[in-house]
Amino acid sequence: MATMVQAVRLALHVGETKLGVTDIFGEDVGPPLGGVFTATQGLRTAWNSPLDERGIVGAAMGLAMAGQKPVAEIQFCDYAFNTIDLLKLAGNTLWSSNGDWNVPLVLMTPVGAGIHGSLYHSHSLDAQATRIPGWKIVMPSNPRDAYGLMLSAIQDPNPVMVLIPKALMRVKAAGPDEMIPGEPEDPRALGKMIDAPIGQREGWEPEWPETALEFVPIGAAKTVRRGEHVTVVTYGRMVGVAKRAADVLSREDIDVELIDLRSLHPYDWPAIAESVARTGRAVFVNEDTEITNFGEHLIRRCVEELWDSLRAPPILEAGKHLPGVGLAEPLEAATIPGLGSVTDAIRRCVRQPDRRVGNSRPRRDFAFTWTGEAPVGPFDAYERAFRHR
Amino acid sequence: MHERMVEARCLEERLIRMQRGGDGYFWIGGPGEEAFNVALGLLAKKGQGLDHDYLHLHYRSSATLLAMGADPVDALRQMKSVATDPYSGGRNFCGHYSKREWNVAPITSPIEVQYATAIGTAIAQKRAGGEGITIVQGGDAGTAEGDFASCLVWASRPGFELPMLIIVTNNGWGISTPGHEQHGEQRIADRGKAFGMRTATIDGNDAESAYRGLEEAMRYVRRERKPFLLEAYVSRLYGHSSSSGSNYVETEFDCVTEIEKKLVARHLRTSDECDSLRAEYEQFLLEAAKTVSLEPKPEPASVWEHVFTDRDIVGEGARKVPHDNRLWKAPACSFPTTKASKSGSAS
Ligand SMILES: Cc1ncc(C[n+]2csc(CCOP(=O)(O)OP(=O)(O)O)c2C)c(N)n1
Repeated sequence: MATMVQAVRLALHVGETKLGVTDIFGEDVGPPLGGVFTATQGLRTAWNSPLDERGIVGAAMGLAMAGQKPVAEIQFCDYAFNTIDLLKLAGNTLWSSNGDWNVPLVLMTPVGAGIHGSLYHSHSLDAQATRIPGWKIVMPSNPRDAYGLMLSAIQDPNPVMVLIPKALMRVKAAGPDEMIPGEPEDPRALGKMIDAPIGQREGWEPEWPETALEFVPIGAAKTVRRGEHVTVVTYGRMVGVAKRAADVLSREDIDVELIDLRSLHPYDWPAIAESVARTGRAVFVNEDTEITNFGEHLIRRCVEELWDSLRAPPILEAGKHLPGVGLAEPLEAATIPGLGSVTDAIRRCVRQPDRRVGNSRPRRDFAFTWTGEAPVGPFDAYERAFRHR
Repeated sequence: MHERMVEARCLEERLIRMQRGGDGYFWIGGPGEEAFNVALGLLAKKGQGLDHDYLHLHYRSSATLLAMGADPVDALRQMKSVATDPYSGGRNFCGHYSKREWNVAPITSPIEVQYATAIGTAIAQKRAGGEGITIVQGGDAGTAEGDFASCLVWASRPGFELPMLIIVTNNGWGISTPGHEQHGEQRIADRGKAFGMRTATIDGNDAESAYRGLEEAMRYVRRERKPFLLEAYVSRLYGHSSSSGSNYVETEFDCVTEIEKKLVARHLRTSDECDSLRAEYEQFLLEAAKTVSLEPKPEPASVWEHVFTDRDIVGEGARKVPHDNRLWKAPACSFPTTKASKSGSAS
């Protein structure tokens, strides 16, 4: 039973033995360490790069241009920010050259909070990443998806970012559903096979289990739990949090439908739309800061395209718009969504009166104040909001 | 060489006129760099894949492309941003070439990023062996960017030096900031010395020195599979771009006039021959510009093309080189930081 980091390693092994991966590289990615999270231990094509994120992204692009298949790592997404210029370049190379060059590369990076990482090991990248067109972006929530999404990322001829929630690295599959076909069931057995020994590693070779080529398609969300009262759309670490919130709420007779988006771009709009149109209520949850947040985009589409089916205003539960995540537990908890705030957000959404029934007026005690007028189009809505100030 | 230089000059002058006449939004190019850039284009090992040279150029490289055999009319198409522009389909500025068939990486506007991407093609070529090398070129002011330092660092890792010709064409200017206000090193090429690189600074305005300098540097990189930092002094004959007026700068050294003086003095060409060669290219490009201006603009819906692709290029143009990246070991560190008895057990 693999942890997420072992799942990534298994996928990379399959990548280099069956899918043409030529280079797995980044800071401390090669021996002796095999990555600060050990995601790249024992891999044949893993090597250490200089401590230079821009060089890493540039090298990955050049390798891809030269017919290689690179998987590059940015050690923490917190350090990907000085590469955004090059990420833009990777994203626009095909388009700017009118289809002449593509850069089939994978960029993987650990994201998010939850490991007491303070300011520079708690960042999220989803809001930034989804603002760089030309990239496909995936974020797994469990080991099996991490494995399958990584395989798909490797096989894709476009640049693909694999965002791996830091806090889930060491988390094992929650059950047989989340296991990788072919992996040994006993977690200790897998560890013995593929985890490098502590200390002396000279001569150590992993013993790779034969795992299946099971791809998780990019762009396909997964409905983790069916429900009829509210749709919760999330990804990565927040999937587990939302699941627990749904359990809590089921005791209050609130029936949550939970969608694990898995791919942030292209994202599975049909899955979201079908569910939100059915429940009429939507909560979007992620860890990134809330202003200009990816969840806001999804809310915009819900409002524009699903207006008639919405029973209540959609809600975003995201990180606070603060310059950082503080180290002390109360500071992190006050900044990043957790079980309490996610449960509250869902409860708040469900308790909003149904705007589709009669002429019920929303209560004023909600944070969201509704003017009572239906906007005609998005521009109109903005203009009206402005006039109301 | 002379002929390609004249062709390139006429092309740039035609592009400038097109932009001024409303047949383009912006001009940037390489008039003044023809001696060096033509030599580069002639010497590059043209073709696709690892056995050929990868070229990571910048927006002053038209003469290199022409010397490699590019059709000058295509450059006019890019200026006019018509659908037939083969380099970007009307999406990018003039001088932003891309030709996968010849390993010419897409030229992009951000300064210096090409020095980062060049690392990757050079790594692939290092592993593949053979004769193909990676050539990267940019201006002097841009060497202040981190990507230039990245390139020097990655190209010179002990035991894994990259077959890379790193070129700086030094015209003495940023946009309007003179070079001496920007950096204190005597010669930019000297920066390579700290990395144990072969370096040279040459007169890129003189066709013969440019050709010989490039030939020697390339021979070294091709055979030794190690980097070479080559700095070439060049002119900027029409200023930075159309935003600075694109007027001929009388005080700058003109490599085309100079080569013509030499050819005439050595009785290899008469000045009449030189004049009529120029007149022919001018006439041809004038006519071509007229035709190009009638070509269709891209369809609005084409903005959605080439965002993603299904084309699998892994292994394309690449010889399959079985390798185990873990086998590469750097030579021992020359300043041990751990006690000898403990070395090798870092983890
Ligand atoms: C990263 C970046 N910063 C700024 C600019 C704007 N810019 C365009 S050209 C230029 C000057 C470049 O000078 P140099 O590197 O010497 O090259 P030259 O144009 O002189 O050949 C600047 C600042 C840019 N294109 N990219």
